[in-house]
Order: sequence, then C-alpha cells, then structure tokens
Amino acid sequence: MSASNATSDWARATPRIGLSEEQAQLLEVAEAFCRDKSPIDKVRALIDDETGFDAALWQEIAELGWLGIGVPENYGGIGLGMGELVPLVEHMGRHLMNTPFMATVLATQALVRGGSEAQKEEYLPQLAAGAAASLALCEDHADWNLENLTATASRENGKLVLSGKKYLVLHAASAAMVLASVALDGQPALVILPAAALGGRMTREKIIDDTQRAYALDLDGLTLDEAHMLPMDMTADALAHIEQAASLLLAADMCGGAFACIDVTLDYLKTRKQFGKLIGSYQSLKHTMVDAHQAYEKARSHLYSAAHVFGEQGEGEMAVHMAKAEAAEAFSFAADRAIQFHGGFGFTYDCDAQLYRRRAIMGCALHGDARYHRRKIAALMF
Amino acid sequence: MADTAPDFDQQELRDFTEQAKAWFQENTPREVDFMLPLTFMEVGTDQQFDFLRDWQNKVYEAGYLGAHWPREYGGGGHHRAFQDAATKIMAQERTPIMLNAIGLNWTGPLLIDRGSEAEKQSYIKGILSAETIWCQGFSEPEHGSDLGNAQTRAVRDGDDYVINGSKIWTTQGNYADYMILLARTNPDAENKYKGLSFFLAPMKNDGVETVPIRKLTGEYGFTQTFFTDARIPADCLMGQEGEGWLIAMQTLEYERGARSGQAGGHVMMMADPTDILGLAREAKLNGKPAIEDPAVQEELVALMTEARALGLNSRRDKIQPLAQDRPMSLALGSKLASTDFYQRLNAFAISLQGTRAAYYVGDDSAHDNGIWQRGYLNSFSATIGGGTSQIQRNIIGEHVLGLPKS
Repeated sequence: MSASNATSDWARATPRIGLSEEQAQLLEVAEAFCRDKSPIDKVRALIDDETGFDAALWQEIAELGWLGIGVPENYGGIGLGMGELVPLVEHMGRHLMNTPFMATVLATQALVRGGSEAQKEEYLPQLAAGAAASLALCEDHADWNLENLTATASRENGKLVLSGKKYLVLHAASAAMVLASVALDGQPALVILPAAALGGRMTREKIIDDTQRAYALDLDGLTLDEAHMLPMDMTADALAHIEQAASLLLAADMCGGAFACIDVTLDYLKTRKQFGKLIGSYQSLKHTMVDAHQAYEKARSHLYSAAHVFGEQGEGEMAVHMAKAEAAEAFSFAADRAIQFHGGFGFTYDCDAQLYRRRAIMGCALHGDARYHRRKIAALMF
Repeated sequence: MADTAPDFDQQELRDFTEQAKAWFQENTPREVDFMLPLTFMEVGTDQQFDFLRDWQNKVYEAGYLGAHWPREYGGGGHHRAFQDAATKIMAQERTPIMLNAIGLNWTGPLLIDRGSEAEKQSYIKGILSAETIWCQGFSEPEHGSDLGNAQTRAVRDGDDYVINGSKIWTTQGNYADYMILLARTNPDAENKYKGLSFFLAPMKNDGVETVPIRKLTGEYGFTQTFFTDARIPADCLMGQEGEGWLIAMQTLEYERGARSGQAGGHVMMMADPTDILGLAREAKLNGKPAIEDPAVQEELVALMTEARALGLNSRRDKIQPLAQDRPMSLALGSKLASTDFYQRLNAFAISLQGTRAAYYVGDDSAHDNGIWQRGYLNSFSATIGGGTSQIQRNIIGEHVLGLPKS
C-alpha cells in the first residue's frame, strides 16, 4: 500500500523546474558561441575530416572552462553540476556541433563518481584542462544495460589482463584516455586505458550519424597495472551515474536537434511554393509542424526540470528518464517529418534533414530510446 | 491591478490560508445525493443550479471569492496572493465548482479593468455573490470560430438598442441575468471588426428567448439564444460603438489566462491524472491487475509524463531565458496541449474498464458512476469550444511558427 501511495504522491507532486544564474549565463554564452562556431557548411565540411571535429574549436572550448564545469574545484574544475552542462549541450545540438565534449565530460563524471583519490588527482586536472576522453561501455550484444558485460578483466601476476571487444567508443582516436567497463570475477569494473595502450586496437566504425566518430576497441590481451582500475565498490554507483548523466546530456542534445530541424523545416515551408502557394499555408503541413513543435516544448520543459533536480534520489532519476524519452520522441518525429516535408529535396544527401534524422537515431541508440526509458519509469512507479 | 499591489504581510497570508483551509474542510458539502457538475458548462438542472448558487454565495460571504477585488465594489481588498491561496485550497479539497464562471472570470475582470464607475457599482457585487448570473454571447450558429464575422444586429433607436439575431453555446443561458454580447452596430464599417460593439445586455427582457441545447452526453448546460426585436437600454453599451472587437479580444485574454484579474475559485474540476492509477490497479486484464500489463504501463507512463509536461510548461513560461526562442509559444500552446491531453486521458480510462466500459452514468455497474465516460464526451467541449484544436493549430502555426495563413 505504501508503494502505491508513494506513486500517487509522487505523481500528484508539483514537478519542479528552475534555472540557476550560472545556467542562465551559460545558456546565453553557448547560444552565441555555437551559432558562430558551427555554421552548417562547417558541419558538412567536417564530415570528410578523419577526426570529425575542429581541433582549434576544441581548444577554445577548453579555454572557456567548459570541460571543468562538472569537476570539483580541488581537482582543477569549477565545481558546478550536470545541470550547468545542459544549456551547453543543448546549443551544441542545435548547431550539430561535433567535438569530443560529451564523451569527455561523461568520462570525467565516471572518474568524479567512481575514481580513487589518486586517480582523481592524476586525471581530473588534465581533463578539466582540455584532454579529450571517452567511455567504452557498449558491447556486441547491444544491450543498453551497462552491467551486462562480456568483456572481462582477470588478475595475472599482479596485472590486469583484458579480453573482449567494446563498441561505439566515441572519438576514441582523439582521446587521451578511455574508460572501459569489463567484468572482473563477475562484477562490473571500470578500467582506465591510456591512449598509448590503444595503438593498433582501434577500428573506426561506420555509424549512421556521419557527423560523429565511433570506434571499436579490441581489448584481447591488453595488460595494465592494477592502479588503472577504479575502486570496484564504487563502480555500480558510477555506472548508474553515467547512465543518468549520459541520458541527461543526450536529452539536451536531442532537444537542441529537435528545435533546429523544426527551424530548418519552417524556413523551407515559408519559401517553397507548390500549386501557386507557399506550402507552409497547407494545413496538413502546418498542423503537423505545430504537433512537432508542441512535442519539442514539452521535451524541453522535461529537460530543464531534469537538469534542475538531477542527482536527487527517485525524483531526479524519474525526471531524467522522462527527459530522455520525450526528447527522443520529439526529435525523431520532427526529423522524420523534416525529410518528408522537404519533398524530393528531402531525399537528397544535400538536404540537412537527413543529418538530424540520423543524429536522432544515434541519440536513441546511445543509452536508450523512449520505450526503454519508459520501462525504467514504470519500474520506479509501479 | 492587484498584480502590482504593494507587498503584504506574510503572516496575515498564512493566517488567512489556515482559516480558509479550516473553513473549506468544515463547510465543503460531502454528501450530495445528485451528480454535481464538474465544470460550469455542465449545469443542466434547477437542482444543480440552486445548489451551486447557494454554495458560491456562501464562499463569497466567507471571504474566499474575489478576496483581491476592490473592496468598494464588493471584493475583499486583499493582495492577489490571498485569493490564490483560497483557490488552491478549493481545488485541493475538491469543493463544488463556482457557478458564475463567465461573471467571475471574464466580465468581472473586464469591468474592473475598463468598466465605468457606474458599471462597476452595478454589477461586480452581484457577480461575486451569484445574485446576478452572466453568460457570454460571442459565437453564432453560422460563425463558430470566426467571431469577427458576428451578424447579430444592434440598432440604436432613441434611448434603446434593438437586438436581432442569434447566439449559440450560451453557457447557463437559461439562468443568466446578463450577457456580454458582441453585436454589429455598423454593417457598413470599413472592415468587419470595426462594425462590432460590446454590450452588457439584460437577458430577462422581452424578445430574448433561450432554447436549451441537449449535449452529446444527453445533458444540458448550453442554450441557443434568440433575440427578436429585443430592446435594451442604450447605456448597456460598453465603451464606444465600434470597440466591440477590441473588448471581446480583451475578454478572451481572460478566458485564455493571458490576462489576470479573475475572481478566483475553481470553475472546472479536471480529472486528476493520478486517479487513473487507482483505476489501473482495480481493473483486471487477463485475470491480473491491468497495471501489471507492460503495454498498459507504457501508456500510463506516457500520460503521467505528459501531465507533468503541462505543469512544467506553464512554470517554464515564467523563466524568461527559457521562454524566449519563440515568444508566446507556451501560452498559446497550452489550450491545445491540455485539452487534447484530457481527452486522451479519459479515453484511456475507459479502455481500462473491460466490459464495464459499456456502462454509463446512472447505472450501478458503471465504474465511479461513469465519470470517465461522461468526462470523455464532455472533453470535446474544450477541444471544440474557445477555438477548436484545429483553429488552435492555425493560430500556433501562424503566430508562433510564422507560417503563412491558410
């Protein structure tokens, strides 16, 4: 009875939303920065670049201090929370700005939450200063459950020996370090793989989003000092935190993407004429755009609510799952219709609609689609 | 008005709130042996009308209605926060609704904001006490969502105007003492809007006839109103001739919540989305509680998520940096979002009931006396009235997204 009452209490409670001064400032800065630094022709030019991002831009981002936002001050960061990263990632999403930013801040979060004191002291200041990093969590089974691990580590002669493969390691080729999840004696463990250890073990993957970069990592026989393993008693908590943090930032990216692709489509509907009329005057298109826009607005409200209550037990988790589910659906729908409403042009590679649709699929593939997150909510609610 | 009132004593507000809570707990009628209307648009019998008129009067006399309206016209003279507190308690206690919704929410604030001294003195107290019931005469049978095209005529004749024409969807038309009436005084004006004028028109005069409309629920609540050479005094004109469209648009801003000043008190009891959780626990699907079914769970989660989004949207609208990409988006989108949501919520609730879905209000087998069935049918009043959902999409598409007119 208490469970059902708790559910009703939760459901009846007024959901919270707010914007800190820091969030408001970052929102303003990010809006201008991303608009200026990531025009669409630059996004397209980077598709043919091997690294997929502009190193000078990455340097600028580091100099702005954005990589230290989620890092405590005593490790060289600014000591703010995940909520402050949301406006940045949202605006990167609006402009399809692609850098190792999300990969790096999530790897950073894994260390903040699951690293030993020595590991934090060694790595966090570097990461806050602009060294790129990434997480190697995905496996061939394609399960979103981060504790479903077939890659392993074993102890041999005081060393860790790894085996198995990891997939969808974003920007691995540019990363100074990768944190990989493996099973050790059947328990999840996170190990730090320095770039030097990854030579010859990386294969670029052909992914649906041409603007991003992902690599497969072959771990077989990779041998490391024990000091590279994060304390195992903190790993389950760290993985849970990674899922929450990743879902929040992906929700931000997808909200940004939804806004942008609605905008791009509206521009087309306001200029393209058929049968002597601007096609945006036809209600079948206009009303659908309104539905896409309304879904986006709801998703954005959930996003900033989740940013506001992030980290709170129960309420925070629920809010993040809702934010990811809603952003995934809103972006997927808006981008799907963006292709359709561009007509024949929408079927070409030159039309930007495909960039958004592919990014939406990628965003769902990483850390769960709407159905997955609703199942998580159901598990918390019922 | 009250929005900009000076600061008030927080302790006084706390005391007021506590007293209000105690008063509503003590005085809210719990055992009513007939079905009370959930909204002001569902007042279909004299029994319901008399009951709700008495209830509103009692709430007003206790000081919990119009608590922030000017004291000289019958209000309580407090800061708006006092009435907001009382209104919140009414919703929490799920008290019967306030009857005189058009008066309280539209006519009253309109009179306070732009009425003459005489109009304020004449009408405001009666609105609060429910002694004078108000209805609205904007829509016409041939011009549902196209208000600017209203054809009901008002012709000046000496000290009177003579009204001819017909209005439809007059909520509580058969009970109303006054109508806020949009009528055409100048058919030759340079455009259709400038020919319109706004009247505070008595309903009990000769030549005014109301015919109840039977709703799809089988119940009553609206009338069609016919004016046949109905004479009303010339001083019923509000403002000047030709200002009708302007005043009507201001009135709609109160209706849509885009302008404040409403007397408070809830006039609609919306289904609480959480009620559906109880229903899903009770209902059986293949021998097990419906709430254990994954498909049901997913739909429930989606609906709860949406319910939260509606609340979050209105809060986000007040956080300026998060509400400026497309001005007016959240405000103009809220009617479409919420009315559509409640319709689907009711439909889903019916779908959870198995064979019980077949029953309707009045049958002992009906779940919760058929409240969801009736609620679903009534939900169309909100997706059609006040500008259909399709018109709303045009408005949002054109005014928020900047798409060309259809």
